[in-house]
Amino acid sequence: MKVESRLLLWLGVFVGILAIVYLIWSGEYGGGVMLVGTCLLGLFPGLYYAFWHKRMGHRPEDTEEAMIPDGAGVVGTFPGSSIWPFVLGMGSWLMVMALVFGTWFAVPGIALIVVALAGGTAESRRGGEQH
Amino acid sequence: MVDVLERPAAAGGDAHDDHVGHGDDGHHEEHHAVHGLLNWLTTTDHKVIGMSYLVTSVLMLVIGGAFAMMIRAQLATPDGTLVNLAQYNQLFTMHGSVMIYLFAGPFAFGGLANYLIPIQIGAPDMAFPRLNALSYWLYLTGSITMLLGFATAGGPANFGWVGYAPLSDAINAPGAGADLWIGALMLTGFSAIFTGVNLVATIFYLRAPGMTMFRMPIFTWNMLVVGILILIAFPVLTAGLVMLFADRHFGTHIYTVGPNFYTISGHLYHQAAGGVPVLWQHIFWFWGHPEVYILALPFFGMVTEIIPVFSRKPLFGYKGMVFATMAIAALSVGVWAHHMFTTGVVLLPFFSFMTYLISIPTGIKFFNWIGTMWGGQITYSAAMLFSIGFLLTFLIGGITGIILASPPLDFFTHDTYFVVAHFHSVVMALVIGGMAGMYFWCPKITGRFFNERLGKLQFWLLFIGSMVFVGPGYLLGLKGMPRRMAVYVLNPEWQHLNELSTVGAYLIAISTLVFVVNVIVMWRSPKIAGPNPWDANGLEWFTTSPPPHHNFYSLPNIRSERPTWDYNHPDAPALHHDDHDPTHVPGNKVEAMA
Repeated sequence: MKVESRLLLWLGVFVGILAIVYLIWSGEYGGGVMLVGTCLLGLFPGLYYAFWHKRMGHRPEDTEEAMIPDGAGVVGTFPGSSIWPFVLGMGSWLMVMALVFGTWFAVPGIALIVVALAGGTAESRRGGEQH
Repeated sequence: MVDVLERPAAAGGDAHDDHVGHGDDGHHEEHHAVHGLLNWLTTTDHKVIGMSYLVTSVLMLVIGGAFAMMIRAQLATPDGTLVNLAQYNQLFTMHGSVMIYLFAGPFAFGGLANYLIPIQIGAPDMAFPRLNALSYWLYLTGSITMLLGFATAGGPANFGWVGYAPLSDAINAPGAGADLWIGALMLTGFSAIFTGVNLVATIFYLRAPGMTMFRMPIFTWNMLVVGILILIAFPVLTAGLVMLFADRHFGTHIYTVGPNFYTISGHLYHQAAGGVPVLWQHIFWFWGHPEVYILALPFFGMVTEIIPVFSRKPLFGYKGMVFATMAIAALSVGVWAHHMFTTGVVLLPFFSFMTYLISIPTGIKFFNWIGTMWGGQITYSAAMLFSIGFLLTFLIGGITGIILASPPLDFFTHDTYFVVAHFHSVVMALVIGGMAGMYFWCPKITGRFFNERLGKLQFWLLFIGSMVFVGPGYLLGLKGMPRRMAVYVLNPEWQHLNELSTVGAYLIAISTLVFVVNVIVMWRSPKIAGPNPWDANGLEWFTTSPPPHHNFYSLPNIRSERPTWDYNHPDAPALHHDDHDPTHVPGNKVEAMA
């Protein structure tokens, strides 16, 4: 995680310097705020990854000499198929339609979103056991 | 249904003879007995989602291209009557919007990246497969939403793809078409953000053992940087759109100037309210300039994968390429207001200097691409021709971009066809680069080759068409022709250059037809490709074509950024980036590899 954290930290530091120079030189706050936000977007996850790197050390994917079996074990849990992303997408679409064409679209939109969130959560809870 | 994937515990051997299992390969296909429409609706497989993105985005390219043909037909004569002035505004707005929001980005980071990134790093899927599927559905519905504008009474949005306030407020752009445009960008904005999250998480967490960050393929590196840029830029745009919608419908004055009316207990009150129209430009371009690199970097990555393969050499300056990509991305967040020089309220020296700086890492990339080809055994396949065409076309767009980074020159050319030509040099380079990617990875994705002759014919039509299309635009801009004008009856002397540009545009359209023919030929007369038809480098060429569910039955040990090449050429000298390896000098590598 060392390279990953450094990548984000350097981004945060660079944009932070940029933000200071820009704010002092231009006195324009719109762009300044966005630059400060970008700086934090680099620093926060960068520090998070640095913390985990210190705790975990090198992973097999961080090690040049690692062999494929060094990563033996569970890679992750991957859903084979799921209808819920589609349902959630359709619900979100109807919410946008509600903004444009009338709030009645929000009724099926909210219903689909609630069903999708509930269905997706239930699927995650029971899914691993089905394997 | 859920797959819990495990890596094998069995020990492997050397890079050549260990061919160890990866994943519970024996029963992957059993999980996906569903076929047809239901399979498409429920899939979380990154390959199916990537293909869906590719097909949808190419369809958007065709639709956006059809709008372009209408625009060029209108401009072929000074008093064109194909569309009226209002329809012309809608046409150029939808052309730009479809091409930028619905084609170029989704094709690259939704399509090819979705398909390739897990395979290039030895992963079974994206980190969040269901989020990945949701991204696609939001992109598809966003695309439909934007095009729905044509079905409304007032027509689609008509304020340009940049949606400048106050042109985009409720007074200047009333009607559902503008709201559909805003809603579409909200949907595609969230889609892009979710894809960015997935790209970064996948690359950070799902790499195979030995696939260190500095062994990742350049395409993967570029997509990681694109993922980070998406997370920086797209939330800003999406938030800006929410505020724009609030201005239009909820009485806020964030971008507009005017009295604010509101009621309390039935009494009507009003107060002076002062929004800042130029704030929209700050927000839009804070997204918009990183977006230029969100669009360009994937295609940089594609040609960087292709050029070494067809030059029979390793990439010249791998780390230089990586750091140049990082530098471009970091600098791109500090250049947004070079689009706003003529507003008179931005810090000209800061943005001009920062913009000039970007040309340095971009120049390094060009140097490295040329260094890779230098002394190589170049094969002029269709993919390689498209890659070289990308370099030339992007170079023209880049150099004219340097011209526009100079405030005095920008004042002279702002809002003229010079800017249109510059921008189209860049985006035509992306189209050409995208075709390079299609011809290179199509055998992997489909297991079939495109017809090379048709591919080369398509390349020459597209390349020449692009040059003939954009070249006159630069001259028209210098002669003073403004962008976004439907007729130019007072300046008939602009007609010949416009006619030439229209001929170029139609050559591009013919090249697209050739591509469609090639797809049909590939489909009906398949020429089967093996796992590694180009003798290429990355892990994607180690698996079958097309790859199985969860991608790999086995993986080689990874000892460089070319694991498949290492496996297939065990006697070749190893790459060491930290050494001053003489085989990295252009021209020496061929002998060293022989």
